[in-house]
Amino acid sequence: MGRAITGADHPVVLYVLGGNTQVIAYAEQRYRIFGETLDIAVGNCLDRFARALQISNDPAPGYNIEQLAKQGGRVLLDLPYAVKGMDCSFSGILTRAEELAAQMKAGNGKGPDGEPFTGADLCFSLQETVFAMLVEITERAMAHVGSSQVLIVGGVGCNERLQEMMGLMAADRGGSVYATDERFCIDNGIMIAHAGLLAYETGFRTPLEESTCTQRFRTDEVLVKWRK
Amino acid sequence: MAADAQFPPPKVLTYPASAPPSLITQGAEGRVYKTTHLLPDRPSALKYRPPKPYRHPILDARLTKARISSEAKVLERCWREGVPVPPVYAMDPAAGWMMMEWIEGIPVRVGINEWLGERPEDGEEPAEAAEEAPLIDLMKRIGTAVGALHRTGVVHGDLTTSNMMLRQRKEDQVNGGTGAESKAKAVAGDVVIIDFGLATQSMADEDRAVDLYVLERAFASTHPRAERLFATVLESYKHTFKKAPSVLIKLEDVRLRGRKRSMLG
Ligand SMILES: Nc1ncnc2c1ncn2[C@@H]1O[C@H](COP(=O)(O)OP(=O)(O)OP(=O)(O)O)[C@@H](O)[C@H]1O
Repeated sequence: MGRAITGADHPVVLYVLGGNTQVIAYAEQRYRIFGETLDIAVGNCLDRFARALQISNDPAPGYNIEQLAKQGGRVLLDLPYAVKGMDCSFSGILTRAEELAAQMKAGNGKGPDGEPFTGADLCFSLQETVFAMLVEITERAMAHVGSSQVLIVGGVGCNERLQEMMGLMAADRGGSVYATDERFCIDNGIMIAHAGLLAYETGFRTPLEESTCTQRFRTDEVLVKWRK
Repeated sequence: MAADAQFPPPKVLTYPASAPPSLITQGAEGRVYKTTHLLPDRPSALKYRPPKPYRHPILDARLTKARISSEAKVLERCWREGVPVPPVYAMDPAAGWMMMEWIEGIPVRVGINEWLGERPEDGEEPAEAAEEAPLIDLMKRIGTAVGALHRTGVVHGDLTTSNMMLRQRKEDQVNGGTGAESKAKAVAGDVVIIDFGLATQSMADEDRAVDLYVLERAFASTHPRAERLFATVLESYKHTFKKAPSVLIKLEDVRLRGRKRSMLG
């Protein structure tokens, strides 16, 4: 689906939905998961952090963190960086960010320069850290499969800083980044319909009465017949 | 050179040396150069982690420094305790590089494939035991090397047949010999483990078992025709330290979980 909209040819896909974080690439008729989060998803981490800072949900917590982060950046606060091979974890970062938020509210939060930091600095530091992790695991997968294209899919993929960082990494490898916009980042219905259409075209049939819903379909379970 | 413009080498390699450095590999993480900057008659391998433009400079400096020094620390510890690894000659973590012994030889992956490449295609009939002896001996040496590593309390994190080198022995350097002799040379040499970029310190059965599982899967996908020989690796591993047998029991759990995970998610 992302491929149809963006025209990317053989991309590594960073899949960043609220509930899931995976790096996927296509090899031998399946999308294979090269890396994923070992605990909570990145979207979940951002949402929970927004709650700790009482950042509004309107229109989305991630969007508001992004806007606030643009005002920060005087300092980079030290947060744990947790990449293990092609996997990563976000719960330790969330815990530390929540601690820092509590210190700030209590009026005794100090940055590495000894000056008090702001909520904007925290948003900035959180974004810089978790996005660097996402870009790093994506780059590993690209080196592994020999691809220089990245496709970002999912709500967090709308973040402009993430897109910018991914773009810098891809340019370094002589490639480019493709992102889908809000209309497609979020709508799972369209994605399922699109996948179904592609399967239909290759002769895959499921009578309506046999159709069921599998919430737990893993990305790498689906046989992909429509690609070579 | 165009490649140099696109990938500027670390400053240390811009000083004169008896021979210009050559770029050996360019991975996701970093680059490896072969250089004689340390001593004219002693080539060394320089591992360099260039700055990542996408990362915040403070975060980038912090990660690069921590990764180079942790890799060097693990190598030093292994070297001191007799694990076959390249010794570290020099390092500058803040500048993102370290220098170690240049291993003259080929990756184990290449050696095994060269050996297999000359076998008949059928692969059904197990070859005569005597005929396979050099390959089986290599499996034993791999098991011993990994066992020595685990005994010191280090887990590698990315064991594959590409991250093991075969250090050429002096007597194998001469070319020629009969067909069987030259074939045996492909799998001869001491096994040296490299690339400790993901290594951690651990004595836990679980971590050691996962390390073996990663190697087992890498072996199966890289050398499907030699998969059955992996049992020999484990058999020799078993005798390398006291807790090795319990690691192998744990490995069965890890395998089961791995299989379940790929079915259910
Ligand atoms: N000490 C050494 N002597 C000879 N060759 C070496 C040495 N160290 C590394 N190499 C060569 O460089 C290659 C890459 O080294 P290494 O795996 O340490 O780097 P890396 O950047 O972590 O690689 P990757 O990202 O592929 O894992 C090795 O496969 C090997 O061919």
